[in-house]
Amino acid sequence: MATSASSFRSKYRAATDHVVTGLAILATVLVVVPLVAIFVYLLLKGASSLNLDFFIKNPVPEGESGGGMANAIVGSGVLLGIASLIGIPIGIGAGIYLAEYGRGTKLANAVRFTADVLNGVPSIVMGLAAYSLIVIPQHHFSAFSGGVALGIMMIPTVARTTEEMLLMVPNMIREAALGLGLSNWRSVLSITVKTASPGIITGCMLAFARVAGETAPLIFTALGNAFWSVNPNREIEALPLQIWVYATGPYEDQHRLAWAGALVLIVLIVLAVSLVRYVTSRGVLKGAS
Amino acid sequence: MLLCGLSIFAIVLLILSELMLRSGMAWHKFGFKFFFQQGIPDRYSGQMNYWDPVNGAFSALPFVYGTLVSSLLSLLISVPLAVGLAIFLTEMCPRFLRGPLAFITELLAAIPSIIYGLWAVFVLVPLLREYVNPALSKYLGWTGLFADTNPTGLGYVAAAVILAVMILPIISSLTREVMTAVPHSQREAVLALGATRWEMIRTGVLRNARIGIVGAVILGLGRALGETMAVTMVIGNTPAISKSLLANGSSMASVIANEFAEAVSDVHRSALIEIGLALFVVTIIVNALARFLVWMVTRGAPARVH
Repeated sequence: MATSASSFRSKYRAATDHVVTGLAILATVLVVVPLVAIFVYLLLKGASSLNLDFFIKNPVPEGESGGGMANAIVGSGVLLGIASLIGIPIGIGAGIYLAEYGRGTKLANAVRFTADVLNGVPSIVMGLAAYSLIVIPQHHFSAFSGGVALGIMMIPTVARTTEEMLLMVPNMIREAALGLGLSNWRSVLSITVKTASPGIITGCMLAFARVAGETAPLIFTALGNAFWSVNPNREIEALPLQIWVYATGPYEDQHRLAWAGALVLIVLIVLAVSLVRYVTSRGVLKGAS
Repeated sequence: MLLCGLSIFAIVLLILSELMLRSGMAWHKFGFKFFFQQGIPDRYSGQMNYWDPVNGAFSALPFVYGTLVSSLLSLLISVPLAVGLAIFLTEMCPRFLRGPLAFITELLAAIPSIIYGLWAVFVLVPLLREYVNPALSKYLGWTGLFADTNPTGLGYVAAAVILAVMILPIISSLTREVMTAVPHSQREAVLALGATRWEMIRTGVLRNARIGIVGAVILGLGRALGETMAVTMVIGNTPAISKSLLANGSSMASVIANEFAEAVSDVHRSALIEIGLALFVVTIIVNALARFLVWMVTRGAPARVH
């Protein structure tokens, strides 16, 4: 009796094990297959919609066919330029502080924690903040306010990746630099940061690619503009804004342009993510150590 | 450098103070009941008007409701799948699959919300409209939750599904991180006692990592609460409270995205900023809680090796 009961029990346990393994595999398939399907669908749909006009022509009036998103691409470029000017220096500075100066202190932990929390704040709130900070005092929408919203969003990402990359630099290098009599700031800037610079640069690219697709903070800061504009003090068009307008509109031709725009954004993201992965997996610091 | 670090605090405080300043008008006018007051019955149809800026009806209740319903529903869909995926990736997956799968989830977490929205509008919504929603209302209609009166395919369910797709990579990658932080000795000890693999995962890994997994789920919730573009494109944008999950609704983020640029009055604008302020405070709290829980599990773990 005892043996049959225990063999039943062990069979039951083995069966549970198999069932759970099956469920885990099922979950993986259920997640990965649709996600890959979405991705491939976006690529195919975008690739079939993309042509040269997309890059060199301005939008045409609704209902007409043809046209492109040249103004939106340039507009996104202006917005991202402003954002990078704000986000990258402050972000890198904060990252250097976290990894080199404040390492292990309570203040640095608080900064890191706040950066992570800030990373999770909805992008639309950033738009509201930029609106009340810049648009209301200026009394008009502008590319500058949109750039500020995006720039603030870049800071936590850049700071955290910079910190992560700097922490990968072996302590030996720091010690060697200090041992040669360099002052601390000199060693940080010319030795540690320089060693980690490929990683820091790709981290910045990732932050750049992320905010390139942000729409919500631009709706009431950059606003959108049907015409060619590079003036940071005026309304400006952006790629994601244009995708939003076109996707929710009724015209077949605009839908096509929206897919093409989505493809451009995806390519940017894929490039950035793979670069980061390449640099980190290869070891940023192979050459140095 | 210290200044740059401190600027992160300054940004949070600046956002908070600006939003408080600009939402002052709505706050003075409606007070705290802005978030739960009932609507005004419509003069002609008798329907509840919660939100009618032109006629001065301001109640954020339908938006709070829509945000909560769509986020919780999306967690219901994504959490089991995300945890299953994380278990597979950390405990069962053959080595050669691990890298590519991790890469795909990383990539999908970085795809902008507008692109998910685009996909949802042209693929997901027609799919729901033609097949899923009729089936749901046929088989589950008796619960009252799936009364199909909406011919568009938009609504809470559509929003929840696209949210689930978007937060899945985040929850699963964080769960994976937490599970990897559980020391190997725990696994070996349980296996040495003769446990099967599932028993090892249950008692050795999940029990140790559970706080962190809860943190990952809460972080996913935080993302879902504030997600704007994809939700705006599929939730239907109707300021109403419906028991049916297939009905059109509206969320806190979506109403800001839709109405802010064309706000009809200063009160309207101020009310929208107050909704944004509520969103900001809630996501700050939710994110802080989530980070804290994850940190509780991973703090002792060796630094992540890339």
